[in-house]
Amino acid sequence: MIGILALLLGVLLGLWLDPTVPAWVQPYLPIAVVAALDAVFGGLRARLDGIFDAKVFVVSFVSNVVVAALIVLLGDELGVGAQLSTAVVVVLGIRIFSNAAAIRRHLFRA
Amino acid sequence: MSTKQALGAHRYARHGPSVLIAVLCLALGLAIATQVRRTNAGDTLTDQRPQDLVVLLDGLQQREAALRREIADAEAALSRLRASGDSTAAALAEAQRRADALAVLAGTVPAAGPGLEIEVVDPQRGVAPADLLDAVQELRAAGAEAIQVGPVRVGVDSAFTGSTGAVRLDGSTLGSPLTVLAIGDPPTMAAALNIPGGVVDTVERAGGTVQIRERDRVHVTALRTIRTPQYARPAG
Repeated sequence: MIGILALLLGVLLGLWLDPTVPAWVQPYLPIAVVAALDAVFGGLRARLDGIFDAKVFVVSFVSNVVVAALIVLLGDELGVGAQLSTAVVVVLGIRIFSNAAAIRRHLFRA
Repeated sequence: MSTKQALGAHRYARHGPSVLIAVLCLALGLAIATQVRRTNAGDTLTDQRPQDLVVLLDGLQQREAALRREIADAEAALSRLRASGDSTAAALAEAQRRADALAVLAGTVPAAGPGLEIEVVDPQRGVAPADLLDAVQELRAAGAEAIQVGPVRVGVDSAFTGSTGAVRLDGSTLGSPLTVLAIGDPPTMAAALNIPGGVVDTVERAGGTVQIRERDRVHVTALRTIRTPQYARPAG
């Protein structure tokens, strides 16, 4: 619960402060956001399954973000940045969908 | 609540990670808001990949080249049209000049210029149509370019009719005194009228008087309407 509150607070803070993003972060921010969302949905699902572990959540969150950023960086270096970004977004999107489906089953029993 | 109490034993153990979770979620919310803001602001060019930017630039350059070609074509067309417009304008001016000259000749426009103002007084009604015809002929022979007799402009199809003392020009009766206006070289025309046995002599023999005044500017204001030829057609 504290996570969701913090998330909302962060959104409000971001809208209010309107921080400028450093240039070197800009290409990675969208992918990092999607990766972090994946971790959050995974955590939510784990919590509903009763197997939530704070350590696992933190590690998966951070590693998701780092790996996504690294993949984009590698893709940029290899000259396939756009395609790899798309691949990452697709994979993470599928995972978010399956997690959302599991959450839905828990919440609505359907 | 009950869950919380059940997990109370682990509270200290969970304290650190839950703060961490809060911080991470806060950062995520911040990042989402920022990214959404940036995307909405339309400032997406800065975080595009160099390859994409190169493609964009390439497209823009091709478009620029196409537009430049279009400009060159349009300018060529403009200069072409302008040149043809110049020759058209020249032809138009020439045509206008000839139309003006013909209009003066035909009597469809007013005319002004140096000329004579001639007053013919005929108290005894002795002036014949032939006398006035002579006057017009003399004026024309002396180079008159526009002539008005009384209220009538003399044109190419003018005719004097009537009888002595009641001369008519193109159907309208000419009274006395009669004013004749003629545009042309004043001394030449005055001399033509004054020659012995000429118009002045003839009118004075008929009992009238002719007064000739040379003017720097005579206004011939009477107009003729253009008559559409009924029988004659341009041939050849």
